[in-house]
Amino acid sequence: MMAHLPFLPVLIPLVTAVVLLIATKADIAVKRSISALSLGLLVTAAAGQVLVSDDGIVRVYRLGDWPAPYGIVLVLDRLAALMVVLTSVLAMPVFLAATSGTDERGLHFHAFLQFQLMGLNGAFLTGDLFNLFVFFEILLLASYGLLVHGGGLQRARAGIAYVVLNLSGSALFLIALGLLYGFLGTLNMADFGVALQAVKPEDQGVVAVMCALLVTVFLLKAAVLPIGFWLPHVYTAATLPVAALFVIMTKVGIYALLRVVTIGLLAAPFTAGLLQPWLTWLALGTIVLGATGMLASTSLGAVVANLVLVSGGTLLLAVAEPGAGSIAAALYYLVQTTLVTAALLLLADVLRRQRGEAEDRLVAGPRLQSTTVAGLFFLFFGVAACGAPPLSGFIGKIMVMQAMEGSAHPALIWTALIVSGFVAALVLARAASVVFWEPGAPDGTDKRDVSLVPASGLMLALGLLTASIIAVSVWAAPVASYARAAAEQMLARDAYVSAVIGDPAAVQRERRP
Amino acid sequence: MEVLVSVALGVLTATGVYLILRPTTFSVVLGLTLLSYAVNALIFFGSRLNAGAPPLSVAGLSNQTDPLPQALVLTAIVIGFGMTAYLLVVALKAKAESGTDHVDAGETR
Repeated sequence: MMAHLPFLPVLIPLVTAVVLLIATKADIAVKRSISALSLGLLVTAAAGQVLVSDDGIVRVYRLGDWPAPYGIVLVLDRLAALMVVLTSVLAMPVFLAATSGTDERGLHFHAFLQFQLMGLNGAFLTGDLFNLFVFFEILLLASYGLLVHGGGLQRARAGIAYVVLNLSGSALFLIALGLLYGFLGTLNMADFGVALQAVKPEDQGVVAVMCALLVTVFLLKAAVLPIGFWLPHVYTAATLPVAALFVIMTKVGIYALLRVVTIGLLAAPFTAGLLQPWLTWLALGTIVLGATGMLASTSLGAVVANLVLVSGGTLLLAVAEPGAGSIAAALYYLVQTTLVTAALLLLADVLRRQRGEAEDRLVAGPRLQSTTVAGLFFLFFGVAACGAPPLSGFIGKIMVMQAMEGSAHPALIWTALIVSGFVAALVLARAASVVFWEPGAPDGTDKRDVSLVPASGLMLALGLLTASIIAVSVWAAPVASYARAAAEQMLARDAYVSAVIGDPAAVQRERRP
Repeated sequence: MEVLVSVALGVLTATGVYLILRPTTFSVVLGLTLLSYAVNALIFFGSRLNAGAPPLSVAGLSNQTDPLPQALVLTAIVIGFGMTAYLLVVALKAKAESGTDHVDAGETR
């Protein structure tokens, strides 16, 4: 069982999804129980991975027992374990929130959710670039289904745009992979770095362009300026629990970028400096775009979508200067921002249910029923989202700022981080005053679907996320030191390479014309 | 041969990109199909153009071609096919609800 641990987070959702598809006609309660059982197993497996991987050994799972770099491998290290556990922890509140009615608006919500988790976990665990593409497609196909879940023209339109965008992204991904394979003769991530070092000088230009193309695809997934405009459009079209799950999808782009940079691009001198001149500026641009978007947002969902853009930009700042300190800061920030933005989206769903036709738009609506509870949640998540002390947002932002002290433009980066936090505080405060303090009509005269208001699953989900955010804030030191160890492990390339392919010099390579 | 293949890939890609930028979903789907043809052919040619070489390791045969791109391209074709089918379903749904094939149908803002 322990030997198969790296594969479990892929296998559990896959089996569950297949069972759920067989049980399409079953009662929703049955589907929920199957999904809940699987999530419980998944969280256990993910927690087991974190505990096991904390000894610093890179564990390799060879599918079909083919030797790397010829066969496909799954690689479990601290980073992969951290991302998998974050995904599983996020999946639980999303599941609970969906049981408050969202999952009844279509037949296959839970199956899509499980396929999405399979794709996410696979993308985090795989050690092969083409396999990464395949898992990307699995998670995207599930996300297409989840996005249009609930129906309606707006969702169908956003769905078309999102599918076309991602199909174009996949085409770019395949072009990069096809040509990289043509030049390097390998798609294994560990071997990728080794092969990059052996590229002949006359081929270096083309290979650098292909690496840049690969990075572009990941930047598209991470929603970075100039190819990040899709994000608010898609997040606001999806039902809010689905949008909360989508928060982790931009982080897949950041993860893939981190992985390819540390294992591949940094290994060879001609690609090591490929991103630095660009990435910082793109990241700063993304933060400015997100902050401006927040000011212009007309709904709570759009505010949070733009907040996701800002946090993506902040993470990219750290990727632009890959060092142990900056990657560790980015990992801590990634964990907390994922939890906080997802929590805000679920809270928006709670408010939407109480506001009738006003939904989550920032207009005066009916008087809320649970002002105190919802208001306290809003205050808590808002403080964490805008980076004010004492919660995790503040700790994460301070860590990123400290790590950026030695970068090329510390003053600019600090200004961007502080101002974007200020804008977030301003926008969230304005949103709260509209939603909580400006009742549009006296009680009872507004059209409101009362059946939507009691949402125990949603409240439980918010409680779970609150507990996670408190845990990440109170135990910031252990989480940060785990992140630090993960960052150091990523930068220790030799250990990863020798775990996956053994002695690079002993690998038999095909001679290319 | 190399020139012919490069020009064919270039024309396919250019046509695909042009069609993707058209305002009706039908053209966009056609464009994506052409683009994926170009990409699949590109992966296939990633093992270089060598005619008359089997993708097998046969004793006594010195002229072989790399079998991996052929496996990759099969995966890519299947995935691209599935995605395009899904896109068509969503596009049909949007057309049924809005009555038009325009990509901005039912734009509210």
